[in-house]
Amino acid sequence: MSKTDTSRTYKEKARAAIEKKASLGEDIDISKFTSEDENPTYQDDPSKLPARAKTQMLDAGVMLDDPSQRSGTYIQMDNTPVHSSVSQDGVEVMPVGQAMEKYDWMPDYWWNAVAVDQDKYTANIELNRYSGYFIRALPGQKTVFPVQACLYLAKDQLVQNVHNIIIAEENSEMHIITGCTTASREETGLHLGVSEFYIKKGAKVTFTMIHSWSPEIAVRPRSGVIIEDGGLFMSNYLLMKPVHTLQMNPLARCIGENATARFNSVLVTGEGSSLDVGSRVMLDAEGARTEIISRAITTGGVIIARGYIEGNAPEVKGHLECRGLILGERGIIHAIPELKGNLAGIDLSHEAAVGKIAEEEVEYLMARGLTREEATATIVRGFLRVDIEGLPPMLADELRRAVEASEKEVM
Amino acid sequence: MLKIKDLSVAVEDKVIIHDVNLTIKNGETHVLFGPNGAGKSTLLMAIMGFPKYRITKGSISFKGKDITNLSVDERARMGIGMSFQRPPVVRGVKTQDMVAACLQGRGDGDTISQLAEKADLNDFLERDINYGFSGGEVKRSELMQLLAQRPELTLLDEPESGVDLVNIALIGELMNDLLEKNCPIQQRKCMGLIITHTGHILDYVNARTGYVMCDGTIGCVGDPHEMLATIREKGYEECIKCYLGRLPLYE
Repeated sequence: MSKTDTSRTYKEKARAAIEKKASLGEDIDISKFTSEDENPTYQDDPSKLPARAKTQMLDAGVMLDDPSQRSGTYIQMDNTPVHSSVSQDGVEVMPVGQAMEKYDWMPDYWWNAVAVDQDKYTANIELNRYSGYFIRALPGQKTVFPVQACLYLAKDQLVQNVHNIIIAEENSEMHIITGCTTASREETGLHLGVSEFYIKKGAKVTFTMIHSWSPEIAVRPRSGVIIEDGGLFMSNYLLMKPVHTLQMNPLARCIGENATARFNSVLVTGEGSSLDVGSRVMLDAEGARTEIISRAITTGGVIIARGYIEGNAPEVKGHLECRGLILGERGIIHAIPELKGNLAGIDLSHEAAVGKIAEEEVEYLMARGLTREEATATIVRGFLRVDIEGLPPMLADELRRAVEASEKEVM
Repeated sequence: MLKIKDLSVAVEDKVIIHDVNLTIKNGETHVLFGPNGAGKSTLLMAIMGFPKYRITKGSISFKGKDITNLSVDERARMGIGMSFQRPPVVRGVKTQDMVAACLQGRGDGDTISQLAEKADLNDFLERDINYGFSGGEVKRSELMQLLAQRPELTLLDEPESGVDLVNIALIGELMNDLLEKNCPIQQRKCMGLIITHTGHILDYVNARTGYVMCDGTIGCVGDPHEMLATIREKGYEECIKCYLGRLPLYE
């Protein structure tokens, strides 16, 4: 099918789904938002972006003043790409529209890991003005420094439509940091983001997403991952700041033998926020592995922490761990770990725990001379510390700094 | 000096300790014997200041200051430290974080490594505190933390329980370091109060004063080695019968 025919089919499917409510999360009236932005201008040098925007982006892990630590950069303001560049061979970074023009094989990756008619949000992206990034690691190429991308919401009442395509070709390796943030703490907005990941044979991708939204923003990411033989996808998700409502439940399919998917999520929220965050992994090929770990802290908001692992092939192994901490008098954490085994010879397990900080632990630390506040902070820091196996030290340091910043938010 | 006067302690609404008097002078190590449920741990917890152990009568003073109403951390910072019998697991808090907290800025990474070397816990620094530790590892970790904290008064709750024969000598060595047993008597400042059910630890750590505790009171005071011999020979029941009703000799 030609690109035009494919596009027409997707548009039709999207139109049919435009009223389709999502199966999870509060329904959002998209008609209250506009897709038309102020046409922000393209910047060849991203360090020339407004200082305030750069500060917000830095909070979300995106460094524009010193790009030497990054192998590529993509910046999108509202629905317009304002910068994309690459500083290392072996990796491609460009607006997704540009990739569509450049590669005639793009339809193979378009609405393949995520369905266009999944719900009204995916449909809205297809039918309205959107942009997004295309990031590709070339075969056998291993990038040392991460590629960074920022999705920035600037205009009030805007719906940001994002469609990203990430391809790791055979035996390649790359790290991506995506920071999502907003210009204002007061204005309202809606972020809709589709991300489709294709992890080819023996490829490794670590995808670190830092969300630093504001209390009036609604967020509906839709991610799908397809992992081939021996491929590894590792997602680290960090929600640091209050957001009005966020619902996501990415789906990874391990379709190749010994494919591995790992999801680590750290969710920190306060009063007025409602989060419904999960991860789903289908272990569809022999020897596939997964580990889903989530840590949630609320000081007043509602967090639903989901996890779903399905074993559909022999010798697969999966573990799910949901731990929640309620600080203060209010706040709700609802952990929903689910396992489904469809044949013998699989190994799936989960553990979940929700509660407040144990007084016995606080007193143990106090007996070593720490004040109650210091003891509590030490325990919270420990709780949020997710040791991520295989993360390069530099990325681990950045993640640790981001977690430490979210600690301050809690304390 | 630690001075406990007419101390009664309640847990919830039940009084567990009745009118206990006890004084430990600088440089001295005392031993508390007693059957299970006698109130030994309750006494230690009350000295450390855990809120669950409510003082209903009497007072505790340390280094000349009344500490009866001070919080756990205030007492720890004044120089009281405790080795827990069954410390909690704190997920995410590494053993080295605990040692660093105990050091309170008095050392660095090298200091932590040296302490771990001493306690044979090098491989445990990166592990969550007490998570999956064996009985002996817990005890060594407790003593390692105390060696970082360097308290003037060390409270040890059954330091030998669950420890095998190979480890007990090392535990004894760490305790002797903590209690300055290698210094000449006149120069020792550190005090110790050790709970022991079996008395095995006395083969490794010397102490001159012992108490037998029963039903929340101190039944007798004497030479701990002699006491232990009596307890071993006749059991706690006989030991208590013999001393029952006698006033403490030591104030």
